[in-house]
Amino acid sequence: MNQAVTLLCRAEQLSKVIDAPDGQLTILSKVNLTVAAGEAVAILGASGSGKSTLLGLLAGLDQATSGSIWLDAICLDQCNEDERAAHRSGRVGFVFQSFQLLPTLTALENVSLPLELSGQHRHDARQRALTALNQVGLSARVNHYPRQLSGGEQQRVAIARACAPAPRILFADEPTGNLDAATGSRIIDLLLQLRANLGAALVLVTHDAALAARCDRRLLMTDGQLEPLT
Amino acid sequence: MTTTVFNRFLFLKSMRQHWQTAILALRLLNRDWRSGELHVLTLALILTVTATTAVGFFTDRLTRALHQQGSELLAADLAIDSAQPLPPALINHAQQLGLTRANWISWRSVIIANERTQLVEIKAVTARYPLRGALRWQSHVNQSNQSEHIETGGISLAAQHILVEPRLLILLKTSVGNTVKLGRSQFVIAGVLNYEPDRGGNLFAYAPRVLMNEADVAATDLVTPLSRVRHRLLIAGDETAVNAFMTWVKPQLPKNADLLDARTTRPELATAVDRAARFLQLAALVTLLVAGAALALASRRLVERQTDAVAIMRALGAPKQRLIGLFAFRLLWLGLIASGLGCFIGYIAQHGLIWLLADQLLNLSLPAASFKPAFIGFATGLIALAGFALPPLIQLAQVTPLRVLRRDLGTPRSATLFTAFTATAAMMILLLWQAGDLNLAMRVLFGVIGAVIALVLFAGMLILLARFMTRYSSGIWHLGLAGFARRPTAAVLQMTGFGLGILALLLLTVVRVDLLSAWQDSLPVNTPNQFLINIQPQEVAPLREYLATQDINDITLYPMIRGRLIGLAGRVIQPEDFPNERARRLVEREFNLSVASALQTDNQVIKGAWWETPAGLTTPQLSIESGIADTLGIQLGDELRFWVNGREIAAPVTSIRKVQWDSFNVNFFVIASPALLGEEPASFITSFYLPPQRIAMMSDLLAQFPSVTPIDVEAILTQVRRVIERGIHAVEYVLLFTLAAGFVVMIAGIQANLTARRRELAILRTFGAQRQQLLWGLLIEFGSLGLGAGLLAAGFAQFIAYLLAQSVLQLPFAWNAWLWLIGGGGSAIMIGSAGALSSYHLLVRPPLHALRLGE
Repeated sequence: MNQAVTLLCRAEQLSKVIDAPDGQLTILSKVNLTVAAGEAVAILGASGSGKSTLLGLLAGLDQATSGSIWLDAICLDQCNEDERAAHRSGRVGFVFQSFQLLPTLTALENVSLPLELSGQHRHDARQRALTALNQVGLSARVNHYPRQLSGGEQQRVAIARACAPAPRILFADEPTGNLDAATGSRIIDLLLQLRANLGAALVLVTHDAALAARCDRRLLMTDGQLEPLT
Repeated sequence: MTTTVFNRFLFLKSMRQHWQTAILALRLLNRDWRSGELHVLTLALILTVTATTAVGFFTDRLTRALHQQGSELLAADLAIDSAQPLPPALINHAQQLGLTRANWISWRSVIIANERTQLVEIKAVTARYPLRGALRWQSHVNQSNQSEHIETGGISLAAQHILVEPRLLILLKTSVGNTVKLGRSQFVIAGVLNYEPDRGGNLFAYAPRVLMNEADVAATDLVTPLSRVRHRLLIAGDETAVNAFMTWVKPQLPKNADLLDARTTRPELATAVDRAARFLQLAALVTLLVAGAALALASRRLVERQTDAVAIMRALGAPKQRLIGLFAFRLLWLGLIASGLGCFIGYIAQHGLIWLLADQLLNLSLPAASFKPAFIGFATGLIALAGFALPPLIQLAQVTPLRVLRRDLGTPRSATLFTAFTATAAMMILLLWQAGDLNLAMRVLFGVIGAVIALVLFAGMLILLARFMTRYSSGIWHLGLAGFARRPTAAVLQMTGFGLGILALLLLTVVRVDLLSAWQDSLPVNTPNQFLINIQPQEVAPLREYLATQDINDITLYPMIRGRLIGLAGRVIQPEDFPNERARRLVEREFNLSVASALQTDNQVIKGAWWETPAGLTTPQLSIESGIADTLGIQLGDELRFWVNGREIAAPVTSIRKVQWDSFNVNFFVIASPALLGEEPASFITSFYLPPQRIAMMSDLLAQFPSVTPIDVEAILTQVRRVIERGIHAVEYVLLFTLAAGFVVMIAGIQANLTARRRELAILRTFGAQRQQLLWGLLIEFGSLGLGAGLLAAGFAQFIAYLLAQSVLQLPFAWNAWLWLIGGGGSAIMIGSAGALSSYHLLVRPPLHALRLGE
């Protein structure tokens, strides 16, 4: 099998430097990473080590200071913000630590809106959203607003939203960070199960070693450097 | 003793705490400023204070300058007019205060020349006359003004010499240098009077003027204790001494003596200047109201942005009282700094107004500005801030510390009713204070409250509609509509703010185009500039024919009958029955009564009805001008008794009229029905327009009708026209502040939910939404907001303009269809594009930044 086909995401010599009050601060320093299709990769590291920044760069949510990123055969650093957004549409799913649901929309609308924006017909988008919410066990709460849902339920809506378009890759940033251990565990079970059903790759940022152990591969981020964890 | 010391200790401790809070508040204010949270609030406040102070400084200086000019028209700063010689005590007191004095006496007598006699109005003046202004005369008639004598601070008229009005020479068939006889003395005519500063109030005198030295009066033997003589004492000096004399003299005034203040001597300009001042004040008030909306919106955003910080402070144990103190001090500092800046800019801006209106208008040298407008500016800033911004900020102290753990608790429940109450109270105080007119203030206030209520209701309906439409909408439409439906308070505030902003801009359009042009049209080109009085009945037909030969057609000659008011509502009246000086004067003197069958076009009956029916024409009745009815306390139905031509006549008042005095048409305080005075001997009066280049016709007219007295008001008309023309520019200038305030409201409205919008857009970008899609969505959302707010604002702008035109400014009003098009379409485009453009930066930034900011 050709390597270019099997590799879904690739980062080469990725660096991110920002301006801080006392000079420049290096967050990522020449990071290299590959993620194969269907593979689950965990990135571990202490707070402030640069894990979330790396995740944002891999998903095209931010721009690197130097280095290159290929996502599903497209070089992101050649794209402008709009092209990156177009590339994400339908291909990339994202689960955030703080859920990031739109407070003015119901659970169903939160899941269906990205589908509608990618051009799907309203009826199809709603059907697909209903299926996704059903898969995460929230079929009874589709018309609830985020404020009316618990933290675990909100994160399940976020997972349904991430998985509904059947993306090729899922990015998850500390998805259990705001949840208790038992809820967190159920959320991870759900996320891994849906990922497996979809056959999507997963890049999971966490500082929970037990959670990371459930992934195919684990990497450790220390002071902006990424290294394999055995 | 111990308790006193302890109380003092507690007081000092409390003072120290307040001081510490004030200093901490100043430091926090500095941080807030650097974070950009206060920019809109500060800008709104500066605009309010700038507009108020600029107009304040300007009107203060203009009013004082007009008073100065008033002095010139009184030939003094203050005068006392009396039917009896004034007691020496008055003159002595004026002398003690270091005031300059002059006197004149005036009476009617007969002058004889060439065996002809003529009734004249003699004025005998002391050496220092005039104290203010200038008397102009000329020793050679029909020569250029270069030979004119301009007398200021004293008159150089030789003994046994007189100055006369030019028409007297025609009437007596004599000329300058000839001798005339007055009583027992002979006088030489030294020249003709061109201008007498304090003649204004006596413009319609029948008899021509003769001016002589007071020293020559005794020899004429014309003035005896039984003569009807007017005595006038003229006073001038520095403002403090004049005011001191005025205060002292008021209770000392003898019966039948009137105090004449320089402030009341420009009636013909007063209306135009008063209108200009009203327009300016209205413009400043609109700025204030619009900026108020910006203050409210900006405060709400400040509350949103400060909630987390307050929750943390509360969690760390900061007492609620301390937090309230902290916010109050922060606002106080902000108010002081922004008001100071506003006053400074206002002071500079008033020079623009002066340049536009005063300098070229009245040739006034304006006195220096007083501190009063700056004080008003500061107070306006602080009151506006306290009314609009303090309640939402105090409400911040109610933030639960639990928010530290549960961010979903959101911002504190808005005390909408409380804020609405304080904002209304602040607005009411400021309107009353600045309009200085309860009627105007209440109209504007109720208009604005009505507009706000209508905007809130309309916004509420729009939200219900949006909620309904979310069921059927999809994509970006769905997101925009859901945003309305789920954030009703924010949406209502935003739309109300936009509505007020648009309303201000539309009012600017209406005021500028419609009202100002109506004001300009109130004095059309052919406004009468020549008056002819003292026309005898037998001259009416020949005069009409003469004027027709001069292409002056369709003139109306109004009969004029002198009559003294002697009875009101069944009782005999005397001047001293009335506390009001003007009322006393009116009763003391004779009225010019007229007779008419039809109502004049510039008159409007506001109470009762005009006699139009044949029955009405044959019933004796009277119609009274509303101002005079108020002054004398005349009610509809009251019977008035007049002494006319040696007999008593009486009739009830059946209508009260509002008269447009500055139309320059002939108008009367009292008009009688034909049945009452139709047969009474009368002289006639008329007015017509004569192009200035044809003024020579007047000499010919006077030669043919020597007893007719002409009055040329072209100069006054020109001055009034210039007030209007320059006034329009000045109003436009002040409205620029309103325009700026309108834009600030829009910025505040757009920023009101920027935090939520930033997060929404970032999430949608994360899931692949295109920039164009989101931009289109923003255009739709803001455009719909603009359309709704604009249409409603157009309706209100028309309504307010209608009210202003009809009731306050007394001008005709026309409905303007363009307003709706510009209001709806223009505001949809403007707010739509402004909203989209101002949110555009959220679309170009990487979504990760926005997501992190939102967390």
